[in-house]
Amino acid sequence: MDFLHSILVDPFVQMVELPDFFLQVLWEGFVAGVLYALIALGFVLIFKASGVFNFAQGIMVVFAGLTLVGLHEKGVPAYLALVLTIGVMGLLALAVERFVMRPLVNQPDIILLMSTIGLTYFLVGFGEFVFGGEPKQMITEELGLPTGSTAFEIGDGGLLILQHIDIAAAVIALIMVGVLAVFFNKTRIGRALRAVADDHQAALSVGISLNQIWAIVWFAAGIVALTTGIMWGARSDVSFALEIIALKALPVLILGGFTSIPGAIVGGLIIGIGEKIGEIYWGPLVGGGIESWLAYMIALIFLLFRPQGLFGERIIERV
Amino acid sequence: MLYRESGQYKTTYIADQAIFPIREDRIGMAIIGLIAIAIPFVASDFFLNAIMTPFLILALAAIGLNILTGYAGQLSLGTGAFMGVGAYSCYKLTTIFPDVNIIILVLISGLFSAGIGVIFGLPSLRIKGLYLAVTTLAAQFFLEWCFIRIPWLYNYNPSGAIEVPERRGFGDLILTGPSAAPMTQYFVVLGVVVVVTLAVKNIVRGRIGRQWMMIRDMDIAAELMGVRPLTAKLSAFAVSSYLCGVAGAMFIFFYLGAAEPSAFSITLSFQILFMVILGGLGSLVGSFFGAAFIWGLPIVLRAGLPAIGIDIGAETVFHIATMVVGALIIFFLIVEPHGLARLWSLGKEKLRVWPFPYG
Repeated sequence: MDFLHSILVDPFVQMVELPDFFLQVLWEGFVAGVLYALIALGFVLIFKASGVFNFAQGIMVVFAGLTLVGLHEKGVPAYLALVLTIGVMGLLALAVERFVMRPLVNQPDIILLMSTIGLTYFLVGFGEFVFGGEPKQMITEELGLPTGSTAFEIGDGGLLILQHIDIAAAVIALIMVGVLAVFFNKTRIGRALRAVADDHQAALSVGISLNQIWAIVWFAAGIVALTTGIMWGARSDVSFALEIIALKALPVLILGGFTSIPGAIVGGLIIGIGEKIGEIYWGPLVGGGIESWLAYMIALIFLLFRPQGLFGERIIERV
Repeated sequence: MLYRESGQYKTTYIADQAIFPIREDRIGMAIIGLIAIAIPFVASDFFLNAIMTPFLILALAAIGLNILTGYAGQLSLGTGAFMGVGAYSCYKLTTIFPDVNIIILVLISGLFSAGIGVIFGLPSLRIKGLYLAVTTLAAQFFLEWCFIRIPWLYNYNPSGAIEVPERRGFGDLILTGPSAAPMTQYFVVLGVVVVVTLAVKNIVRGRIGRQWMMIRDMDIAAELMGVRPLTAKLSAFAVSSYLCGVAGAMFIFFYLGAAEPSAFSITLSFQILFMVILGGLGSLVGSFFGAAFIWGLPIVLRAGLPAIGIDIGAETVFHIATMVVGALIIFFLIVEPHGLARLWSLGKEKLRVWPFPYG
């Protein structure tokens, strides 16, 4: 009975008793969720346009962050470094399209998935070879991102502290989703992207170049990766540990559905907030550290009831 | 000329159903067997301990994953954790029953892994493809967490790691522990791997194996034809996890000697998955090729790059090795998506009609 009480009642009592702390936890979860959503966004972009599950999105985040910081360390001014990094991500997109995607077109899903894991290894080795393996400090101030924090008073003496960088991250993520939505729905290339996502062959037959579209989509994913890298790097360090965090994008995608941009956002927020609340309020019951697997468990349970995700297209199977 | 089955008539069903129905294959296997037995007498301890033993163990793990992914078509990213379950249960078993022969315990510990595998396999009845990969990731991270957070599993060791105790068997031969001879360990591993591989070979070409392949090729059609998805999928999870568990137990007891939970991280899962894909999905011999390639390549690179005059620091070599492995994986996927096993069978075809271009 005590045990049930501690699972079912105590956490909620704590939430009500310390509302400011609860809000703080919510905010932390929200920010983490935004970053998960950004990583998931990169996955969705590529999955929509090519059906490739891009495992390398996580390492692209690290790689973009490292390139930016590495260039700045070499003495390049911050904004120029940013432009150069965008250029590097563009080159990467072209290279991936030319040397990985194009030869592998029409292969089974698992082969494409494996090739992106191969790409992950390549980029890990390449990144460590060029920039070294140790974590680096993100050049937050040089890029003109806000660093301070604001404290709000809540109730009687409660404090809610919001880091400016987190607010900036949320705003930038929002802008990014907006831009992508406009890009997908209003521009010529965006429409071509959606056509490719619908049906490769039909798109080819109306004169859309698959190669070009894939390069563009990988470039877009590269830009998303760079944004994620800056934001995440500003919160902690730019290091290869981020690669594991990128795996968290998988449950996010499961929740949101592999092909839905709004799904990626909503899924990211659910996972981010759910995992933080679970860790803070229920984690101590089993010894803590449940953050590492809670997201996957949430996704697993969710999948049992809705296999196609929140916003995913319904799976229809025929023999 | 060398490799041709013409003229070999089978007069009994037993001969027809043999694992190696062709005489040349039997001769080839006998030669490989002789080489495997002769290696310890000519090779150095380092070669045995750092290359051959882990290669065999990882090949077994790759076979385990191949059962699940290659034969039954269920993508899994939790291999490392299932190996961990085998390792930890073997450690607990030998703590509780110190007098039982360690090889028996290794084989039993696979059963625990199989049980856990079946539990995490349950979602596969509803979830498919990449989605299933996420549920196996749940297994990976949850089990890894258990290895860290449940001190009972590592006997409340303050370091949080498991140390392999010294165990003797077969008279007074030291089988495990720091003072065990690499040759002994190699032979133990070789014996287990050969026996288990033969057993698996018979499973996959029998009724259960054919059911797995039907499920892989199209599960709805298989169901309509009378294959129970429940038994087929769960038995694939059970056999696969059993093999991974045995491999994991041997990995600790006969190779590493001591392990932290990070030994069974997602990196290991990926490594095994690479072995399976590069070796060839749905091929047992491919698992050996894949294991040899993925395990051997970094060692060759680390030894080879300085040898050909590229003199760089150890860390840089490691980075380059990672890079080259990644590039080679992509290269192989492009050149031969069906893996090294396919190259092997192509080679056999060529040999069969040699010296003519076709036969």
